[in-house]
Amino acid sequence: MRYAEAGFDLEIDLSRGSIEKVATDPDLAEFYLGGQGSAAKLIYERVPPDVDAFSPDNLLIFSTGLLHGTPAPAANRTAVNTISPQTNLMSHSLFGGFFGPELKYAGYDKIVIRGKAPDLVYLYINNDKVEIRDATHLRGKGSTETGDLIKKELNDQKVQVAAIGLAGENRVYMASIEHNHASAARGVGVIMGDKRLKAIAVRGTKDINVANPAGLFEISQELHQKIGGSDGNGDWMAVDEDDSFHHNHFAWGNARTRIKNYWSPELQERWTKLKYDHMDRQTGCYNCPKKCRNVIKWPGRQRFGYKCYGKDTYHMAAFQELDFSYDILGLAQEYGVDSYSTPQVIAFALELLEAGILTDKDFPDMPADSRGRFFYLLEKIVRREGIGDILANSVSQAAKQIGNGAEAYDHNTTKKFEQLPIKLGKVNPAYFLMIATGEKMSITQIEGSFPQDPLPTREEREEFVSKWDAVPDEKFKDYFLNREKRNEISDEATCDIVDWNEAMHYIDDSTGLCGFVSSFRGQFGGGVAYHMNNIPQVISLATGIAMDKEKLWKAFQRIRTLVRAVNVRRGLRRKDERPPEDHWAVRDEEAEQELLSKYYAFKGWNSEGIPTRQTLERLDLGYVADDLEQRGILAAGDNAAGGQAALSQKGEFQ
Amino acid sequence: MKPGPTTKTVKEIKVDIDKCTGCRACEMACSAYHAQPRYSSINPARSRIRVISDELNDEYVPIRAGDYTPAECNGRHIYTINGKQYSECSFCGASCPSRDYFIEPDSGLPLKCDMCESVPALAEPMCVKVCMTDALTYVEREVVRDEKPQQKRGQIEVGLEALINQYGLEAVIDSLKQMPQAKNH
Repeated sequence: MRYAEAGFDLEIDLSRGSIEKVATDPDLAEFYLGGQGSAAKLIYERVPPDVDAFSPDNLLIFSTGLLHGTPAPAANRTAVNTISPQTNLMSHSLFGGFFGPELKYAGYDKIVIRGKAPDLVYLYINNDKVEIRDATHLRGKGSTETGDLIKKELNDQKVQVAAIGLAGENRVYMASIEHNHASAARGVGVIMGDKRLKAIAVRGTKDINVANPAGLFEISQELHQKIGGSDGNGDWMAVDEDDSFHHNHFAWGNARTRIKNYWSPELQERWTKLKYDHMDRQTGCYNCPKKCRNVIKWPGRQRFGYKCYGKDTYHMAAFQELDFSYDILGLAQEYGVDSYSTPQVIAFALELLEAGILTDKDFPDMPADSRGRFFYLLEKIVRREGIGDILANSVSQAAKQIGNGAEAYDHNTTKKFEQLPIKLGKVNPAYFLMIATGEKMSITQIEGSFPQDPLPTREEREEFVSKWDAVPDEKFKDYFLNREKRNEISDEATCDIVDWNEAMHYIDDSTGLCGFVSSFRGQFGGGVAYHMNNIPQVISLATGIAMDKEKLWKAFQRIRTLVRAVNVRRGLRRKDERPPEDHWAVRDEEAEQELLSKYYAFKGWNSEGIPTRQTLERLDLGYVADDLEQRGILAAGDNAAGGQAALSQKGEFQ
Repeated sequence: MKPGPTTKTVKEIKVDIDKCTGCRACEMACSAYHAQPRYSSINPARSRIRVISDELNDEYVPIRAGDYTPAECNGRHIYTINGKQYSECSFCGASCPSRDYFIEPDSGLPLKCDMCESVPALAEPMCVKVCMTDALTYVEREVVRDEKPQQKRGQIEVGLEALINQYGLEAVIDSLKQMPQAKNH
C-alpha cells in the first residue's frame, strides 16, 4: 500500500484533449519528497531548454506536498511550477487553502498539464471522473466569481477551485492563480492563461493512508497544539496591529523612498479601526489552527483576503494609506494579479512619465491623482491595452521594450524579477547570497530560519538559544551567540546560514508545509513547530520511509541542485546572480564576489554556479551530469570544488 | 423499577459560527478517529462533522451528522442572520438524498455522530479537541427527566404487534391459520 501519497499523477494534454491517470514510482518520494521537488524532476526530464515558456510543450504542474492529506497540521500549500516567460527560468509558486489536500483525496499527487486548449476550458476532477469542460462562458469573470459559478454549475459547494482572472486570460506576466483568498504568484497565472485553462475544480472523497497511524496522529496533535497555542507560529501581523516594520523600513513608490518615522500611534489607531470596521473574520487553511488571513469586505468589491505585507504593497507604491489598498485589493484579486510585483510595475510606469521617458500620450485620459492612476493602469495592464500591453510584461521586459533610458528605472529586479522594495545601508552578507543566488525569486521564499538581526546583549542571545529547538546543528547557536552586528559574520558562517535557510524552504515546498509554521517563521522568535529535528520523524510516520536528518538534508540538496540544473540549462550563470545594485548603499564588489565564490564552492558548484559532476553524482543526479556534459554546459571531468558531503561535515569548509 | 424523575447527562457541542476559521481540522480528526483501524486513514468525506463553507458569503457553519432520512425536505427556510443569508441545509445534520454529506463515500451508508462515545469514551469529542479557535466547545449538562413507566413486553408480543400494525389483525390471523407449522403444533 502507498502511504501518504495517492500514487498517481493526472496527465492532461489540452491540445489533444487527453486525460491519463499515471502510476508514479514509489521510490521517488525518498529522493524528491513531492511538491516542488518531484515537479523539478518532471521539468528537468520533460521540458528541455529549447522549449519556450509559451510553447505547448511547457508543462504547468500543480503538486500536492508529500504530507498533504495526512494528519500533519498546516500541510496544505500547493506548489505550481512551470517555465516563466518573465525570467525564462523555472517558476516557483505556492498557494495555501484546501486545493492540494482535496486533490490528494481525489486520488492524485499531481496534475501535469501540457498543450494548449483551442479556447477557454476548465478541468473538473471528481475522483476518477475527470473532464475538460468548456469555459467560454467564464471569459472575463473574476477569479473568486469563477469559483462560485463553477460550484453552482456543478451543484457542489465542496469542490475546491483554483482560477485565473482577466490578467491570466490576457497572459499578463504578473498574473496569479487564485483559490480561496490565497494566491499563487511568480509566473504561473500567465501560463495557465496561455494554456487557455480558466480553472481547475477538484472534489475528492478517497482515503489517504499513513504508515504509522497512531504514531503520526499523536505527534500531529502535539504539533497542532503547539501551532495553535503559541505565538511562535503563524502570521503575527494578523493580530498585531503595529506594522511599523514594513512602513518605516521598506521603500515607497517605485522602490525609492524610505520614510523612517512614518508609523505613529495615531495612524495605528485609525488603521486598526478601519480594519475591524471592514473585516468579516480571520480564516485559516486546511487543518491548521492559525488564522493568518484577514478577510475584508469593502463596499463595491468582492471579499478578499490578505496576509502580512500583502496589505501594504499597493498603498506604499502609490504613497497612499491603507484604505487605498483595501479599495484596490478586491479588484486585483478578481483580475488575478500578484500584489507584490504589480504595484511596482505601476509605480515604475508613473516614474517613467515623470522622467519624460513616457509621455501623456502614452496614458490617454489618465486621472491626475495617484489613486486614480493606479486604478487606471491596473485596467490597462489586465486588458493589455495601450501602454498596459507593454507593462504587462513586467518591469524588466517593459524597460527593454520602452528603451530610451527606461532601463535605468528598472532598478529593483534580479534575474528580471521584481524584488521586495528594500533599500538599506550596509550589506548583510547572508542576504547578499540569498538574493543573488535564490531561485525562488522572492527573499521571503528563501530567508527565514536564522534571525535577520542579532539580539543586543549576550544575555538575550543566550536566552534565545537555550530554547532554540529548530537548529539542525549546534554551530548555529555559536554563530548567533557571537554575532554582534548584522554585517559582521564570517563567510563560512554565512554559507552555513544561507544553506539552512534554503533547506527549510526546499523541504516545506516539497512536503507542502507552510512557511509560517516552519521555514519562514523561525527567524522571528525561533519557536517554529516544524524543523529539521522533527520533520524527518513526521515523514517517516506518514510514509514508512526511514527518513532521518541526514537523508532529509540530502533531499534538500538534491532538489536545490536539480532546480539549479534546470535553470543553468536555460542559461543562468554567475553574471545573473546580482542583487539590485542599490539594494545597499555601501557596496564592496570584491568582497561580494569572493563570498559568492565561496558559496559556489560550498555548494559544490563551479565558478559559474554550475553543479559539478562530483556533486551531481553524490546527489544521485548522474543523469543531470551526463546531460549537462552532452550539452557542453559542463566540461567532462570538471570536478573543481566537490562541495560538502553531508550535514555532519558542513563545518569543514572546502 | 419505580417510575419517577431521573437525571440524564446531555452532551452538547456548542457552535460559535463567528469563531470558525473554516480550517476543517475537525473533519480531519473525526475521519481519522473513526477509521478502522483507528487513525489509519484520513478522509474528510467520511467525517461526521462538516464545515459548510462559502467564502463568498463569509459563511462557515460546522454541522454534526444526525439521523438518516430517506426523503428530502418538501421545502426549505432561508434564514437571514446578521444580514447574511443561510439555507436551512447549512444547519441541518440529516444524512439525506439531497446532498452527499454524511454518507460513506464507498458504501453509501449513512454516517452519524456518536459524540466519540467509543470504548474508552473520550473526555470530549475529537472535533472539539482539535478546534483551537473555540468555534466548537463541549458542555455536559445534567437534566431531570420525568420518565414514563414502561411495560415489559415479550418478544412475541412486540413482533406480533408490528405485524398487526402493518397488515391488520385479520391478515395476521389468516396467515397463522394457513401456516403448516401452526397446524402441526
